[in-house]
Amino acid sequence: MTREKKLSPGRKKTIRESTGRKVFVVWNYLFFLLLILICAFPLYYILVQSLSGSIVAGKGILVPYRFTFSNYRDVFRMEGILDSLLISVSRTVIGTVITVFCCMLMGYLFTKEELPGRRFFYRMVTVTMYVSGGIIPTFLVIRMYGLINSFWVYVLPTAVSAYYIILIKTYIEGLPSSVEESAMLDGAGPMTIFLRIIMPMSLPIAATIAVYASVYQWNSWFDNHIYTFTNNALTTMQYKLYKFLNQAERLAEQIESMSGDTSRLDNALTPQGVRMTVTVVAVIPVMMIYPFLQRYFIKGINIGAVKG
Amino acid sequence: MQTNLSQSIRPRKKKRNWQLFWILLPMLILVVMFHYVPLAGWALSLFEYKPGYPLLQNKFIGLKYFQMILTKSTTRRVMRNTLIFSSLDFLTLPLPMLLAVLLNEIRSDRFRKLAQVITTLPHFISWVIVYSLAFALFSSEGLLNQLRAELNLPAQSILTDRNAVYWFQTLIALWKGLGWSAIIYIAAIAGIDQELYEAATVDGAGRFRCALHVTIPGLMPTFIVLMLLRVSNFINSGIDQYYVFQNNIIYNNIEVLDLYVYTVGLKKQDYSYAIAAGIMKSFISIALLFIANTTAKKVRGESII
Repeated sequence: MTREKKLSPGRKKTIRESTGRKVFVVWNYLFFLLLILICAFPLYYILVQSLSGSIVAGKGILVPYRFTFSNYRDVFRMEGILDSLLISVSRTVIGTVITVFCCMLMGYLFTKEELPGRRFFYRMVTVTMYVSGGIIPTFLVIRMYGLINSFWVYVLPTAVSAYYIILIKTYIEGLPSSVEESAMLDGAGPMTIFLRIIMPMSLPIAATIAVYASVYQWNSWFDNHIYTFTNNALTTMQYKLYKFLNQAERLAEQIESMSGDTSRLDNALTPQGVRMTVTVVAVIPVMMIYPFLQRYFIKGINIGAVKG
Repeated sequence: MQTNLSQSIRPRKKKRNWQLFWILLPMLILVVMFHYVPLAGWALSLFEYKPGYPLLQNKFIGLKYFQMILTKSTTRRVMRNTLIFSSLDFLTLPLPMLLAVLLNEIRSDRFRKLAQVITTLPHFISWVIVYSLAFALFSSEGLLNQLRAELNLPAQSILTDRNAVYWFQTLIALWKGLGWSAIIYIAAIAGIDQELYEAATVDGAGRFRCALHVTIPGLMPTFIVLMLLRVSNFINSGIDQYYVFQNNIIYNNIEVLDLYVYTVGLKKQDYSYAIAAGIMKSFISIALLFIANTTAKKVRGESII
């Protein structure tokens, strides 16, 4: 929708532009330049700092001070960093696949009138958007299920999301039903129809949901903090960063213990250097994919808006 | 987001297919496990629950915890914080609309797209990273204080300034959400009838008057829906932002209801009390949701849920 050329209405050229108009246009550009600067500078700043050889007050603001990749090399040598990167990637991949599959299948089933109790079950799912047991009861049941310190606590509670299901159901309802009907006449079962016909026809919405779910999974840290904080093997990148930010002493000790084999007077790893570098590592996947996938994010909003 | 199914009525009722139900079942079980079973946990608020004992061996105390919550002075402080954050956030609600209108005035397609991509970027980074960025810029060794030191100004730490908490957290939330919230208005602007602009131009309206008398009124329905949704979430401030930015010095000012429930329940392990607080929160939000929904029905003749 927003990709159409005619995004801006009334953008017809007027023959004479008033001075007031010109002043406004200039100010408007300046305003957006400032806004872009405010949004991008903090990210740019940590990138520059993470590429600086040593962190010196007042240095390395716009360009790296003593440019080097040594921070990255050393951070990846730190204990547990690669493991947490692996956990973050795994939960993002597995979590996204499970969420997309479950929500697509549910969204599809809710378009089928032959489904017994369709209305009731659909209500049952959508009500969860407004009513929730709350953080403590959820914690207690997850403990009851034995999911504390288990990888599955990252992906199972979020596998079914009411909002995604509404988006998917809306989308599938808009598809032509003739293909599905002819497949049904050929004797195809519901799962075959879902996998062979509905999925390929719904790729745009599946991509949208996948993009949302993967960003959610990559950015999650609170579940790590509540459910799996005693199991270091399940620490995600985000939570690792959180711990580095809050446990300055532990971090300093860890660096100290490392410097035995990597001691270099000049490019010694510092707590700030570690924090900045880990922040960049935790943020880069989102930054890399975001500009390319922006239209999928926006599509999600637009479908939601039409429904709302 | 309508849950109303009556629109999709088709003429004849098809035969029931139980196979579909069996496919649905595993996912329904997940919904029940993670969304409905926790509701049963609400019963614990009536007991002095100690983990490890079966429910009925715990002492039944009725509504005592609810009474305690209503009379405690902590509750008042926490509610006050929550309401202050929500009110400040409420005041920023028109800004995304304004941003969309201004963005629409930019003629260069390239620059407009660039501005849109960069301003929406902060929405997609986690609160931990936002905190890390804030730490790099505003902590006692952060960039701001490095620059202040060079100018011989005294150091200043916003992150541990009790008086700055409210406006600082509001600005941080605005930084993260402004561009993203504007997108829905940008889509709405694209949907405004072009003839309205033509008619206004014929009547001699310039671009400023077009924006004022056509674009903004055209965006009002969207604005009202978003405002009502915000009302229904007035006390659901969320926890992530306040959790990452908390520290001992500012704790009394940053502790919102959700953070309070978490601290009482999971840190102090006072499960029953925290559940009672959570239940009261849920009831207030549901009441607000109904009020917002009824208002929406009256104002625009259509419900928001």
